[in-house]
Amino acid sequence: MSSGPVDYIARTREQYDSLGYEPYRWAERPDTPPWTSLAKPVADSTVALVASGGAYRRGHVAFHWNDDTGIRMVRTDEPAVDVRLTHFAYDLVPAREDPNIVFPVDRLHELADEGVIGGLAPEAVAFMGGIYSVRRAEAELIPQVIEAVTAMDVDLALLVPA
Amino acid sequence: MGLVARALEAAGVPTLCLTAAYSITAAANPPRAAFVDLPLGYTAGRPHEPDFQRDLLRRAFTAFEAIDVPGTIVDTGVRWSDDESWKDSASSGLNNGVVSAEGDTRSERSPEPQYQYDDDRLAAEGA
Repeated sequence: MSSGPVDYIARTREQYDSLGYEPYRWAERPDTPPWTSLAKPVADSTVALVASGGAYRRGHVAFHWNDDTGIRMVRTDEPAVDVRLTHFAYDLVPAREDPNIVFPVDRLHELADEGVIGGLAPEAVAFMGGIYSVRRAEAELIPQVIEAVTAMDVDLALLVPA
Repeated sequence: MGLVARALEAAGVPTLCLTAAYSITAAANPPRAAFVDLPLGYTAGRPHEPDFQRDLLRRAFTAFEAIDVPGTIVDTGVRWSDDESWKDSASSGLNNGVVSAEGDTRSERSPEPQYQYDDDRLAAEGA
């Protein structure tokens, strides 16, 4: 029997209280979200992988840990084992052993072979989540993600946070 | 990630957010989300278990096609295991698991690139 989801907002509030920090302010958007209908079935759709676990490849400048709001375009025709990961706020040890757990590029290729999805875009959009400033995420990061994804002629985006 | 999803959807791209952090995703309120009951850092499954990882993604895409009300979070039914003791010490990572007033042990918020391997630094600087 599942005990239900961990309430990370409540836990963070308690932890910050105990450390004497000001409460962390999570992004809250209670209005109805924007909506775009699927143009075709998932089985016929080309998928863009957008992942915030801090993925990069050799040759890239790695993410820094002080609200890095940049993106890295990571080729998806190389296996996950060649993906590097850097992030200040989650346990990197298991993810570096198998990057698929935050950057499921091998699995998405297999699902394309099975016909579950139509295909995978040749590049994934990678960034490092944990940007404390919502204002900077919206002003600096998100426009780059939009531009990168819309330039790729995909039918849907799969967003994988760490 | 919820804010990224909202912006992409407004730009004409249908999105699906995987999430292991139900409350954080519910607050940001993306158009479509699929919940997995896994620790943070394992959003796409357990390491070196490709069957588990494929099943997770299949369930997520099934959820994706079923959602027709903006702001829906579907529970995929994916769980870590019958043993849920990992939840006792799970934290958002915003303070790297500090659960008492012992001190702030977050990783230093350095503005220097944090390479996985030194060789990566050489490759990037030589590029």
